[in-house]
Amino acid sequence: MSKAEILGSIRRGLKRGEPTHTQRAAVAARLTPHGHNLIPKRALLPHQEQVSLFTAMAIEAAAEIVELESEASIVEAVKPWLKEQHIDTLTIASDAQLDTLDWEGSQLQVQTGTAHVGDAASLTVAFAGIAETGTLMLHSSKESPTTLNFLPDNHIVVLHKRNIVGPYEEAWKKLREATKSIMPRTVNLITGPSRSADIEQRLQMGAHGPKRLLILLVSDSK
Amino acid sequence: MQINSPHFKESAKIALHDVGLQKALGNLKAGFPTKRAAAVARLPEFDQLRDEAAALKNHIIENLDIYLEEFEANVLKNGGHVHWCRTADDACKTVLDICKEVDAKTVTKGKSMVTEEINLNDFLEKNGIEPVETDLGEYILQLRGDHPSHIIAPAIHLNLEDVSDIFHEKHKRPKSDDPAVLMQEAREMLRKKFVAADVGITGANFCVAETGSTLIVTNEGNGDLTQTLPKTHIVVTSIEKVVPTLEDMTLFLRLLARSATGQEFSVYNTLSTGPKRAEDQDGPENFHVVLVDNGRSDMVGGELQDMLRCIRCSACMNHCPVYGAVGGHSYGWVYPGPMGSVLTPQMIGIEQAGLLPNASTFCGKCESVCPVRIPLPKLMRHWRESEFSKHLSPKAVRWGLGSWAFFAKRPRLYRWLSRAANKSMRLLGKQNGKISKLPMASGWTQFRDMPAPANRTFMDLYKTQKASEKSS
Repeated sequence: MSKAEILGSIRRGLKRGEPTHTQRAAVAARLTPHGHNLIPKRALLPHQEQVSLFTAMAIEAAAEIVELESEASIVEAVKPWLKEQHIDTLTIASDAQLDTLDWEGSQLQVQTGTAHVGDAASLTVAFAGIAETGTLMLHSSKESPTTLNFLPDNHIVVLHKRNIVGPYEEAWKKLREATKSIMPRTVNLITGPSRSADIEQRLQMGAHGPKRLLILLVSDSK
Repeated sequence: MQINSPHFKESAKIALHDVGLQKALGNLKAGFPTKRAAAVARLPEFDQLRDEAAALKNHIIENLDIYLEEFEANVLKNGGHVHWCRTADDACKTVLDICKEVDAKTVTKGKSMVTEEINLNDFLEKNGIEPVETDLGEYILQLRGDHPSHIIAPAIHLNLEDVSDIFHEKHKRPKSDDPAVLMQEAREMLRKKFVAADVGITGANFCVAETGSTLIVTNEGNGDLTQTLPKTHIVVTSIEKVVPTLEDMTLFLRLLARSATGQEFSVYNTLSTGPKRAEDQDGPENFHVVLVDNGRSDMVGGELQDMLRCIRCSACMNHCPVYGAVGGHSYGWVYPGPMGSVLTPQMIGIEQAGLLPNASTFCGKCESVCPVRIPLPKLMRHWRESEFSKHLSPKAVRWGLGSWAFFAKRPRLYRWLSRAANKSMRLLGKQNGKISKLPMASGWTQFRDMPAPANRTFMDLYKTQKASEKSS
């Protein structure tokens, strides 16, 4: 009922009836090739410079970055960062990469799965990093519950250098390829930790999402 | 929300003398415009992106029905539901029905201006459902029984003491003069609410036709907790928010945060596409999109069509001298500032909102910062004309315009009169070129001096110029 009324009202404004086959085809032709609009020059760089830009922009957005030679050093990097904050628990995504790490010897209480209220820290793996603004892309999947990205006070994200791209457009392309164009339930673009300036326009970190965001930037194995 | 737009003049007068409000508005002037300018300066392509964004929005509006149907088809394909609502009332009832279906007691809410527009909170409360605002600014306002005065910084009219006072009263905790402490308090209070809620309601900044996704843009993370934790996620949004593809959404995102807060990118840009999948460990089981029209489709093809390009960044109000002086509440309804002066008459009627398009100096700053190049002064002028032709303008205005027209149609008389006025005004200002008191214009001269006119009128100068052009 309402649908017909709304569409009818739009069509009256456009001074036409139902769209013709040609009009629909013109829109369909615009939807499928995923042509892009203007991409700022800043984002069009060789890969090495993309990594540097990502790092600079993420730090500007108040994320913390630790560079690692390989995945094997993840546990060793996480431990002191959590210890400094007197945290001895960690919820990790049930990701194949993370599962193989030696958590036994870490002296951390590690659990896998979704996050719960009161969780101090989580560890997840980013799908991509977008250099243009230092933005992480994560998406929901069996291995990557969304609550891990928002509920814990501290969020640690593993990002492989090879997954860093220049502009957002490259990240969408990468996402479509990886998911065979089936959109995951949610895609999270995360740029720094949570914040608010709702009280007197004074910026405070840690509103409702994580108060700190640590990115473990892992070099590609040679 | 109660409509107070007809009392704009009285509200503005009170606002100008409100010491607390003036202090709070000072924070705005020093904040957003400076940050926006810095962000724009860092992106050389900014103006080109604005051109592309305006053109893309025009293309979308010209094919709005097709894109909306495409969006709907893809939401359905991903297991979600779409509800088309012609009026605010339809939208409220639709949300209530969904809430009842899942036997909801409480709903958490992310920041959404469309839900303010349809007055959803009042409606839910009257029907026994507790809405909990989770954006820090909105939460403060809900505790106070107050309403947003700005579309992205809802509590900008308040000072720290106001927040501390209401938290002390409602949370029964000691007062604090540290915003970090107050924010932490709100965080703790809302954690339980996030988990306990049966339904989460958010708005959407964009709806992507290609994928059937909705997107929210936030900094706090409250919107994400709102839409991830409850079993049901309802997106309340409006029909002009649809964009063709993810790439097209990206064009707008490059403009939105920079125009709004001056950030390079907001902290959380989150796409939602349907309910949780079989293999997902968390996320809502039900996903509903409530598409609100509420007067928008009537703008297609009309004088106000350009307003449908608006992406709700707030740059126009952040740069508006009128908004900066009187604040958002003076406008008397949901949308303040220049964009509100155009939108409000459409939504509540020019009869009630006629003063708003008149509350402009036409300085043009709003149009100059608009990321989608909406000609806001032109659209306000449209409302002024419509108001005049409907005989809604005050008597004094009609009489003034009428008598001006009488003389303007009689050029000799007009020139004679303006020369006479010129002379007498120069006499009044002969001391220092300034007139400090002028009969019938005390409203002006009470606050500032009127400059005395130049020696010769425009027509005199024009004649001389013409004559010298001929002779040379």
